[in-house]
Amino acid sequence: MTFDVLIIGSGIIGTSIARELSKYQANIIVLDKENDVSCGTTKANSGIVHAGFDAKPGSKKAYFNVRGARMFKELQKELDFPYEENGAFVLSFSADGHDTLLELLDRAQKNGVDGCSIISGDEVRKLEPNVSKDVVEALYAKTSGIVSPYEMAIAMAENAGANGCKFEFNKDVISLTKKESLFEVKTKDGSTYSAKVVVNASGVHSDEINNLISNNKYEIKGRKGEYVLLDKEFSYISNTTLFQLPTKMGKGILVTPTCHHNILVGPTALDTDDKDNTWTTFDGLFEAFTKGLLSVPSLPRGGIITQFSGIRAHESHDDFTIEFSKDVKGLYNLIGIESPGLASSPAIASHAAKEIADYLKLSPNPNFNPIRKGIKHISHMTSEELKDAIKDNPLYGHVICRCEVVSEAEIRDAIRRYPGAKDLDGVKRRVRAGMGRCQMGFCTPRIMEILAEELNLSLDEITKKGEGSKIVVGGIKE
Amino acid sequence: MKHVRLLIIGGGPAGLAAAVSAYDKGERDILILERENKLGGILNQCIHNGFGLHTFKEELTGPEYAQRFIDQVVERKIPYLLNTTVINVNNDKTVSALNEDGLLEIKADAIILSCGCRERPRGAINTAGSRPAGVYSAGTAQKLVNIDGLLPGKEVVILGSGDIGLIMARRMTFEGAKVKAVVEIMPYSSGLNRNIVQCLNDFNIPLYFSHSVVEIKGDKRVESVVIAEVDERLNPKMETAFEIKCDTLLLSVGLLPENELARGANVDISRVTRGAIVDDRLMTSVDGIFECGNVLHVHDLVDFVSQEAKEAGEKAVEYINSSAKKEYEKIIVETDGKVRYVVPEIILKNDNYNPLTFKLRVGNVYKNIKLEVSADDEVIYSKSKQVVAPGEMETISLRTKEVEKMRIAKSIKVYLRSEE
Ligand SMILES: Cc1cc2nc3c(=O)[nH]c(=O)nc-3n(C[C@H](O)[C@H](O)[C@H](O)COP(=O)(O)OP(=O)(O)OC[C@H]3O[C@@H](n4cnc5c(N)ncnc54)[C@H](O)[C@@H]3O)c2cc1C
Ligand SMILES: Cc1cc2nc3c(=O)[nH]c(=O)nc-3n(C[C@H](O)[C@H](O)[C@H](O)COP(=O)(O)OP(=O)(O)OC[C@H]3O[C@@H](n4cnc5c(N)ncnc54)[C@H](O)[C@@H]3O)c2cc1C
Repeated sequence: MTFDVLIIGSGIIGTSIARELSKYQANIIVLDKENDVSCGTTKANSGIVHAGFDAKPGSKKAYFNVRGARMFKELQKELDFPYEENGAFVLSFSADGHDTLLELLDRAQKNGVDGCSIISGDEVRKLEPNVSKDVVEALYAKTSGIVSPYEMAIAMAENAGANGCKFEFNKDVISLTKKESLFEVKTKDGSTYSAKVVVNASGVHSDEINNLISNNKYEIKGRKGEYVLLDKEFSYISNTTLFQLPTKMGKGILVTPTCHHNILVGPTALDTDDKDNTWTTFDGLFEAFTKGLLSVPSLPRGGIITQFSGIRAHESHDDFTIEFSKDVKGLYNLIGIESPGLASSPAIASHAAKEIADYLKLSPNPNFNPIRKGIKHISHMTSEELKDAIKDNPLYGHVICRCEVVSEAEIRDAIRRYPGAKDLDGVKRRVRAGMGRCQMGFCTPRIMEILAEELNLSLDEITKKGEGSKIVVGGIKE
Repeated sequence: MKHVRLLIIGGGPAGLAAAVSAYDKGERDILILERENKLGGILNQCIHNGFGLHTFKEELTGPEYAQRFIDQVVERKIPYLLNTTVINVNNDKTVSALNEDGLLEIKADAIILSCGCRERPRGAINTAGSRPAGVYSAGTAQKLVNIDGLLPGKEVVILGSGDIGLIMARRMTFEGAKVKAVVEIMPYSSGLNRNIVQCLNDFNIPLYFSHSVVEIKGDKRVESVVIAEVDERLNPKMETAFEIKCDTLLLSVGLLPENELARGANVDISRVTRGAIVDDRLMTSVDGIFECGNVLHVHDLVDFVSQEAKEAGEKAVEYINSSAKKEYEKIIVETDGKVRYVVPEIILKNDNYNPLTFKLRVGNVYKNIKLEVSADDEVIYSKSKQVVAPGEMETISLRTKEVEKMRIAKSIKVYLRSEE
């Protein structure tokens, strides 16, 4: 079968483009080398929907960021993913910072970002009392937001799927060639696909995918960012995202609430040769936490429940590449989509989809349904809703994850969707079972049982995140 | 809304013993809510011997110990609901719980929280590296092995020498896994000495004190861990680092009382025990809400849990039956730096004069000391101890005579005195 469009990568860029393209009549497939949607950078970043005051005026980053950020509210209505406009401060710790703050304000105006102002340290602390006394001034950006990036990508994927798009996982693309007008795409497991257009949305590997076929070479340098995440108990620390004003000492790190009321502290910046290496480092975690203390001196060390890191896809042009390849007809490149890639993603996707649709002369899909309903979470229900839900499906009354209060019905729903959860991490990202303070200590065996039942596997075949990551090595001795 | 006089949340050993004692004190309107599909709590997965030496003078397995109490509950026909998770407790003693029949809304005259504790996760120990499969809390591994019959891994390193970790070292060895090391950040174990002997020494499993795991390696599944010695401030000395190949890291790095429900009801929580601050009736800062067992403070032996719970059951019944709510003057029990905590932390003035038990833990290993209690300036209790350690909970049983003195005192102190 020949696809109209084959998308490599199911991060926020790949899934958003898939969803935009499903508005047209086209055969679309998304391939990813991992076991699930959103296992790359999209699962490990700050999750900030930047207002757009940071990017250089005139750059693609500025263009797509500002437009993308404005699309979130509407998308949230259609796709039902966690997003909130919580506002952000850029904190300045010395009077010297004033000029830089003015510069940011000026950029905001040039980029067309509304709702920015400069306020005093005392005003900051009136809004966020836990902010350090050392803060003298700040830029306030009212329209800055937070989003759950992987849940957004999952929502995009599910909606694309419902509108006919196909997804295949564990498909590591290793060869890309072109015969006449068709691409031939080969994956490590020996599958071959043929497509008219290939969308290169492979994140940190988008240089390699491009370089497989194009003479226009790119080089992406990985730069690791490490985070620590605090228990929900400490959600009082801040409702607003707290950036630090860049100084001679470096870019600073942020302290922000997440959509699920944890507090996130990070990221650091460390160049890395291995672009898939998201291992955290001792120094990095120390640095993230210590720098976080500058913004909020009362950050509790004992409140850390987990740590993670993500890799920035830094490309030497220092701006996004979002275009058809100049030398390979039909290859659509998304290269160097680093921050604010997430905030920009809706605008990037609609721009890319439009260009691709024009190229293929696609006609609109009359059956396109823009609505995707999220998984119903019992933790968000009122008493009445709970009663009704349990009457409908008793499994809503069976709590599996105690920390985040997740029911068996939600987990089964997550597995049955398309593309659905296939492993513990997939369940975790969709319903938060295992994301709470005990970090799966309690619910691992229970989720394994549900996965085994739903996917018709034996317990010792269940994995954490796909091949090679089995939870157990077998049965015990008799 | 349903009404019960005594609601017990959690059907582990604490909840069961509390229910039985409340019944025996005359209360007939009791309900136990348990989220698992059977009563018994964490004991159901502790299939090793060693429970009940104090209570029954014989060595039972965890499930056997639990069964003794389950039988007593069943004999008394005390009602309980399984597969029922309490999701909310309010300070007016209304409670919401979920099960497959729907949402239960209950109003109680008194509540006993006996929801046990949970294990601290990996995040709490700040280990760098990858996040692969193969890192489990010791309790999770215990459940996988003992309940589900699954082997988590073949080559194991255990971080933390808490009791569950020690027990799992032996258990995994029995199942054919190779336990390569137990690594403890402190210069002493937080587990019982008998477990170190029976679970490690007997199997030649090395125990590294003052060491910690600083890095976990392996993308999909654990491939090795890096271990380093730590200095007095518990910071790793990287120059001492060495690597051990393994496919599994079990964490036994401490237990935390599970007090989400209590927090929701605005119960004051101790920063040290992470359980509620209770008075000598085991009542929390919220009138009519009691705590006992591991939710109050982590016990190392279930026998002490049962004793404490018996008391809680009795006091809850006294509370329900006392028509007029009395206001008490409170005395806060002070400790020195060496005694980390004492439960109960509050003594009510001029209340009844029954015997009373203090339970406490020290913050370090101390040798040749006296464990003492003073009321104002008088030492009312003193006991010599060769050694006290954080891993072993100490109890102080005070007789009526001593309790009397305490109840009229201005200050009460529990402390260690070094013996010359
Ligand atoms: C530390 C950090 C913080 C950030 N913070 C923010 C922020 O606050 N706000 C913001 O807007 N942006 C932020 N970003 C940027 C944002 O996360 C990225 O721009 C965005 O997630 C990129 O999405 P993507 O789909 O391009 O990449 P990815 O999510 O990495 O998706 C690429 C996908 O391609 C797959 N793939 C790769 N190679 C192959 C292959 N050969 N075959 C098949 N599949 C393949 C991968 O498995 C992966 O799933 C941050 C980034 C980092 C690293
Ligand atoms: C993993 C582990 C191993 C141990 N090994 C030993 C040992 O070898 N020897 C020894 O003497 N002691 C051991 N102990 C200690 C001893 O077992 C405990 O002290 C004892 O079980 C505590 O009893 P409990 O009733 O307080 O808590 P638990 O036994 O934990 O019981 C609490 C009960 O409350 C229920 N519950 C919690 N929250 C809710 C809710 N919201 N709604 C409804 N129900 C709820 C739980 O499901 C559970 O059944 C161990 C403890 C643990 C955690």
